[in-house]
Amino acid sequence: MQVLGELSNIIIPAIIFYIVGYGLVSGVPVYEHFIKGAKDGLGTVVGLVPTLVGLLMAVGILRSSGFLEFLAELLKGAGEWIGIPQEVLPVILVKMVSNSAATGLVLDIFKNFGPDSHIGMLVSIMMSSTETIFYTMSVYFLAAKVTKTRYTLAGALFATFAGIAASVVLAGM
Amino acid sequence: MLNYLWAGMILIGVCYGAVTGNIAAVGNGALESAREAVSLCITMLGAVAFWVGLMEIAEKAGLIDKWKRGLMPLLRFLFPRLDMEGEAAGYIATNIIANILGLGWACTPAGLKAMEALEKVEKKRLGVEKLTRASKEMCTFLIVNISSLQLIPVNMIVYRTQYGSVEPTSIIAPAIVATTIGTVVGIAFAKAADMAYKD
Repeated sequence: MQVLGELSNIIIPAIIFYIVGYGLVSGVPVYEHFIKGAKDGLGTVVGLVPTLVGLLMAVGILRSSGFLEFLAELLKGAGEWIGIPQEVLPVILVKMVSNSAATGLVLDIFKNFGPDSHIGMLVSIMMSSTETIFYTMSVYFLAAKVTKTRYTLAGALFATFAGIAASVVLAGM
Repeated sequence: MLNYLWAGMILIGVCYGAVTGNIAAVGNGALESAREAVSLCITMLGAVAFWVGLMEIAEKAGLIDKWKRGLMPLLRFLFPRLDMEGEAAGYIATNIIANILGLGWACTPAGLKAMEALEKVEKKRLGVEKLTRASKEMCTFLIVNISSLQLIPVNMIVYRTQYGSVEPTSIIAPAIVATTIGTVVGIAFAKAADMAYKD
């Protein structure tokens, strides 16, 4: 833990040092390029504002309606049958739309069961091996200005379920 | 697809809220989330400007080319049609490396630049002005991204420590295995779909 904590503290400064140092040694006008890139990045984010407002609003409506809890309740039987405890189902559903909301649920689980319990281990592994599908898809496809996403959603769900299944098996070991 | 997903979330949420008497919470949730989205963008402004600035230096100094060469076998396997000299390949390589290192805020800018570059590539390939349909490369790139590539789940380890875990890092090995399985399955799916679709 100590080593890992140190490592994650060092990694960002190290990358900054490496890139700027390497640029300077290569004779690149680093500051000018940084400013140019930063300006470019700002434009990208400004273009994202409407998408994020739209997306988070839809997520907010769905979450506050209590529908995800209802869905989790509905899927409880099926979930337990394949080894997913009922407390974990809402995490899976919420994680597809919002990482921060899923983290909130995980912290609740840590508080109630402890991070080293079976459920605690399961959600820890699961959170580490899955991504926020709808958020990533909306934001990335907006950048490419594409509306027909073809087999991306199917593939993303497939990969996510494989990750979840692996987490269930690994947490049980 | 996104149209239906988006509308579906809203319509289901409003109806379910109305039926269960949660309708006031739904209204608050909608407005609260819209506000949250703007504050998220403000946070993003700084982080994205910072990473894209660094990426620009890395690109001009030839660093991105270096990373790209390191990942070349993987890139060639995932994107057989893509021109490896183009900028898209470089941004994809940067995104994959940032993902593996767990640099959350650095992944998104590189990923967005990669998508913009892939859009240009596909437009040129099809000879069209406006693109509506995702290219195979975009689909593969997104699937690989969503399967999560992060090796060390730093955030989770921190939370586990905060909640008194005896062994917070015990999830590293299983997380790497689960992530790898998800990614391999995602790549297999993308490859299969790639073959199933003509274009």
